Amino acid sequence: MAYALQQLINGVALGMIYGLIAVGYTMVYGIIGMINFAHGDIFMVGAFISLISFVLISMGGWTAGPGAILLVLLVSMAITALYGWSVERVAYRPLRGSFRLAPLISAIGMSIVLQNYVQVAQGARVKPIEAIITGNLEIWHGNGFAVSISTMQAVIVVVTLAVLAIFTWLVTRTALGRAMRACEQDRKMAGLLGIDTDRTISITFVIGAALASVAGTMYLLRYGVIDFYIGFLAGVKAFTAAVLGGIGSLPGAVLGGLLIGLIETFWSAYFSVEYKDVATFAILVITLIFMPTGLLGRAEVEKV
Amino acid sequence: MSPMLRMEGVTAAYGAVEALKGVSVHVNAGEIVTLIGANGAGKSTLLMTIFGAPRARQGRITFEGRDITSLPMHEIARAGIAQSPEGRRIFPRMTVRENLLMGAQALGVDPAPGLEQAFTLFPRLKEREAQRGGTLSGGEQQMLAIARALMSKPRLLLLDEPSLGLAPLVVRQIFSAIRRLNAETGLTVLLVEQNANQALRLAHRGYVLVTGRITLEGTGAALLARPEVRDAYLGTH
Ligand SMILES: Nc1ncnc2c1ncn2[C@@H]1O[C@H](COP(=O)(O)OP(=O)(O)OP(=O)(O)O)[C@@H](O)[C@H]1O
Ligand SMILES: [Mg+2]
Repeated sequence: MAYALQQLINGVALGMIYGLIAVGYTMVYGIIGMINFAHGDIFMVGAFISLISFVLISMGGWTAGPGAILLVLLVSMAITALYGWSVERVAYRPLRGSFRLAPLISAIGMSIVLQNYVQVAQGARVKPIEAIITGNLEIWHGNGFAVSISTMQAVIVVVTLAVLAIFTWLVTRTALGRAMRACEQDRKMAGLLGIDTDRTISITFVIGAALASVAGTMYLLRYGVIDFYIGFLAGVKAFTAAVLGGIGSLPGAVLGGLLIGLIETFWSAYFSVEYKDVATFAILVITLIFMPTGLLGRAEVEKV
Repeated sequence: MSPMLRMEGVTAAYGAVEALKGVSVHVNAGEIVTLIGANGAGKSTLLMTIFGAPRARQGRITFEGRDITSLPMHEIARAGIAQSPEGRRIFPRMTVRENLLMGAQALGVDPAPGLEQAFTLFPRLKEREAQRGGTLSGGEQQMLAIARALMSKPRLLLLDEPSLGLAPLVVRQIFSAIRRLNAETGLTVLLVEQNANQALRLAHRGYVLVTGRITLEGTGAALLARPEVRDAYLGTH
């Protein structure tokens, strides 16, 4: 029982990270109907920018407190957003109105470009970072097993919830969010009403990349090591989360992320750590076959 | 005085299908002009070509003296033209209120007077304010599409078959609303209609479009009197 509770806590903290990345997949799919295969690598870039920022801060002799983490988050969001914007501008926008597969192929190309760029610029070896957030809060002691939340996990959950709250407010309550939803529902009509739809699409990529960079920072803090390849696996899992939640649905992406985090954690705890990634892929395949609209997705009605 | 909207020799096509074959029409400020024609004549295409979708392949479109032929769509809207398009195109997963707000926001217009006008014109929309657009009835969606187009305080309003699918009473309400807006606020209207009889009675001038070409033009009354118009579009035998 205590063991299971501990896995629940671990799973939620991990699932939040997947959820943050999944939101980016689902947003882009919603607005331009493509899977942005480079999104996992944008997450990886965000993790690297966080790493570099932490190193610079500690070189500057600043102790890594909440202020430093906040600063790193903001810097990483800003720079990663610029990457997200550039990817759309360079690789997707010129192909808009081209055949459906074109931006998809371009996205795979962008993914390879980003991986190789980071590999060359940062080296292929795994980059470690000293534990920045330490400490543990024991919350329950049951039959010889202590259930605890690490300060790290608490930070992940709180930061993710805060970011998602701001994001939800933006999408549901502001004029910008309304424009984004309008472009998602009927892009031509949005244009007829004077919305600069290209700009709205750019902003979508910027926001998706900023959220992925938050996930990158959290990933770095949690695992302490990153390399140029982390975007692939995390990307596939977040994509699975988006599909499981119902691609195009924002709450679905967060829900899917949580589920994938939980499934992966429980699978590792009770069955096999080696096969944890297989579990995720199996879910992707099963969802696509039996429930292609996902948990919260709506059946695709062909527009007339 | 030069016309508010002028299309000169405009050609437009979808791939190889030519839908407009050198069309010239103009709309003067303060006028209601109607465009009638059979199914597939190119009426909706003409309205959409003003917004650049499809782009005119030949010819020129000017609005208030400014060449808008190759402006991006959103800038054409921001120049002061609004459209209630064919098929209504209500945002299905937005509320009635949000749909209306969309009409005003890109132009930076204060939405409050527009909302009030919309709810006065169509009290039904007030009752449905929080309902999702996709769940409105066809007629309610039509009212919403017109009200949304008015939100931006356009100087030129393009209406594509506003009477489609509406009960006769509602059609009369909409036509009298158009007349009143035109008379009281000087709103200029380009109206596409299947309902040629009522449209020609309402309009100052009209054009007849036949497979991508303008074949007749004249005052509403003059067109109503033409035998070829009566035979083809009025169903009077
Ligand atoms: N998206 C499109 N792709 C290809 N052809 C099109 C497209 N839209 C319209 N057309 C064709 O262009 C011609 C003009 O169509 P348009 O919709 O402008 O006619 P309309 O006068 O508005 O007809 P209706 O009264 O039925 O609405 C038609 O032959 C139509 O088949
Ligand atoms: Mg039409």
